[in-house]
Amino acid sequence: MRRDQPLARPEGFREGVRASIPLCIAVGAFGISFGVLARANGFGVLAPIVMSLTTFTGASQFATVSILGDGGGLGAAVVAALLLASRYLPIGLTVAPALSGRFHERFVASQLVIDESWAVANRGDGTFHRSTLVGAGLALYLSWFLGTVAGVLGGDFLGDPKDLGLDAAFPALFLVLLVSQLKTRQAVAAAVAGGLIALALTPLTKAGVPIIAASAACLAGWWRR
Amino acid sequence: MTDVWLAVLIVGCGAIIFKAAGPVVIGGRELPVRAIQLVGALAPALLAAFVVTGTFSTNQDLTLDARALGLAAAAICIALRAPLLAAVVAAAAVTALTRLL
Repeated sequence: MRRDQPLARPEGFREGVRASIPLCIAVGAFGISFGVLARANGFGVLAPIVMSLTTFTGASQFATVSILGDGGGLGAAVVAALLLASRYLPIGLTVAPALSGRFHERFVASQLVIDESWAVANRGDGTFHRSTLVGAGLALYLSWFLGTVAGVLGGDFLGDPKDLGLDAAFPALFLVLLVSQLKTRQAVAAAVAGGLIALALTPLTKAGVPIIAASAACLAGWWRR
Repeated sequence: MTDVWLAVLIVGCGAIIFKAAGPVVIGGRELPVRAIQLVGALAPALLAAFVVTGTFSTNQDLTLDARALGLAAAAICIALRAPLLAAVVAAAAVTALTRLL
């Protein structure tokens, strides 16, 4: 039996799709703005679409096209993007026990993990639901891809997603899911430490470092158990 | 190969490897209890970091802007036990309205 969860959500492929619909709107809108920015920064039509289909993580993609577009050079762009993507190493560890099956099944499912699908499939007790993750991941993948195509081809019909407040949708999602997890002292300690580390490092380090450093906060309270 | 395609190739490979490493190496296996406790605490730590950076940072600067009010609206929804959708929509709406003013 699972523990009582005030914010418990149903699980499964369909539920994953359903839970991610509001996020798909936001992710699709940012896909459009990624396509627009990439096109404006000399990435052409095909490269941004290929990037959305393979890289599939917005922060790294935005970093790549903005740094290259601003003349920052290939090295700087790649380092920044890889630092941002490195958070998927600890995130991948958290979902690994839920991803059973053969090599190619595990591999494909792992590529559908992004911040939002990971958050939606999180049960709140440290475990994850595979079908929920795949459903949410596929819906978000499709939104990101279609958004990118629309942005590259259609241009700027939507304007800035920030005018619609869509950039605030993501921290709101993460807050909802964070609150549903604060059931043990260890979880609270990890959350407080993780938030403080990220806050303290933001002005001091490159983007991406605060997040990866915050993952060390999972050690808070751990060794005393 | 142009810089654009090199970047697409390197960043793409990096992202794929970072995502796949955990699931491909230890996928489906039960971890030892101590490891489960550790990995279980990764989620709240990362979620808190996402909340903080998504709300209070712009590039490398700490900023206090409309997103903070949006997050406060989401917090109120959570306190009222509203569903996830309501919290997300409220955050976006309050942020957009604040920017209009």
